[in-house]
Amino acid sequence: MTSETTTIREVLAAHGRLSADAHDIAEDADLYALGLASHATVNVVMALEDELDIEIPDELLVKSTFASIGDIRRALATVDS
Amino acid sequence: MTSTEGGTSDALAAAGRAAQVAATFADEVDRCARFPREALDAVRGAGLLSAWLPSRLGGRDATLAQMAEVTTVLGRACSATAMIFAMHQSQIACLMRHADTDPLVDLTRRVAREGLLVASATTEIGVGGDVRRSTTAVEEDGHGGFTLVKRAPVISYASESDIILVTARRNADAAPTDQVLVACEKADLDLRQTETWDTLGLRGTCSPGFELTARSSVAHILPTPYDEISTRTMLPVAHILWSACWLGIAEGAADKARRFVREQARRRPGSTPPGALRLAELDVRLAAFRARVRWAAEAFDASGGSERTIGQSIDDNVLKVFASEAVVDIVTRALAVVGIAGYSLASPWCLGRPLRDAHGAALMVNNDRILANTATLELVHRGERR
Repeated sequence: MTSETTTIREVLAAHGRLSADAHDIAEDADLYALGLASHATVNVVMALEDELDIEIPDELLVKSTFASIGDIRRALATVDS
Repeated sequence: MTSTEGGTSDALAAAGRAAQVAATFADEVDRCARFPREALDAVRGAGLLSAWLPSRLGGRDATLAQMAEVTTVLGRACSATAMIFAMHQSQIACLMRHADTDPLVDLTRRVAREGLLVASATTEIGVGGDVRRSTTAVEEDGHGGFTLVKRAPVISYASESDIILVTARRNADAAPTDQVLVACEKADLDLRQTETWDTLGLRGTCSPGFELTARSSVAHILPTPYDEISTRTMLPVAHILWSACWLGIAEGAADKARRFVREQARRRPGSTPPGALRLAELDVRLAAFRARVRWAAEAFDASGGSERTIGQSIDDNVLKVFASEAVVDIVTRALAVVGIAGYSLASPWCLGRPLRDAHGAALMVNNDRILANTATLELVHRGERR
């Protein structure tokens, strides 16, 4: 789980275009308040799929999935790799 | 008859009466680029402005599908009346679904009780037409009040509205995408007109630019972030009802083409006039247009306000693109049926107004922007269906 959280942070740092360093923010920090926009979210989704070798189904591609690092981690836990 | 069916026929009958008023003034509204006051009074008098609200808020528990039908009936007569109705209902949807605090519920009840007209100020000079970004910010005074100043390139029917829902950044430090929606009452607004509205079509929507200054209470800021309001409610409802308005414009042009063909047929009994084949081709497209708008409205009603998936957001986007192209196609086909009489400004068969109105559809939130946003969503969409 820890390594998955690290991957999420690295992907957000590389693709999220956040106003803060994704390595340092709290797990429950509001990513939208930190400037996560829809175009960046798409890049985050593609990077997560590549890094974790998963396919995120359409029903998880809703705004609440990407509200925080914790939300992303909990959503990914429901995806079969 | 169930109460729902009764409600539908009541709403449609009322819309039909309002449409007669709208038709009487439609040419004058277009020529003078003036607000369709008589038609909006008829719409308000029939209770249609607030019919979509639940009865607990003073409405009649109507559905989006019914509001779409009303919009189409109005659009058949007067595009400006229908587009104002569509834009107002998009704001009603935001109040109904995202304004659940006591002061905002009171405001929504007043909208129903007093028949208030609600407008929207989302676009802003300096953001390149991207309504999901703001430069202006809510500036709180620390005593429960705020000020915001917005330079808007267009605000439709601003001068005739009672409330304007305005987007702005949450505060001066917020990211451009961290927006809120604020309900600003007329008494709290200072509107300084900065642009004129002298357009090819939709002239009666009266949509010039303004510098808008609002001073109000922070209790008038909707609690849901605008990003979520937009995705879940404002964008899908706006696209569905705009499409219903454009369908009305197409229906109005098709009505004229149909009357023209029948009149030609009567002049030469026993022979089918050449325009009839073109009319049949037009109906092929028109039937698809009707079905597409109805499906979208019914699917939205059935979704019950749940979060939009990527697939649904793509549906919301492509409906607008489809409808904006279909209206131009059908009005152009109607013109081909009617021929030179439809081209003549002096002829009662003239199709100039719907043709001009139809061409606004691809431009109001430009199709290129919508397709570019959709293209981004396509990168992660697997095409699964609910």
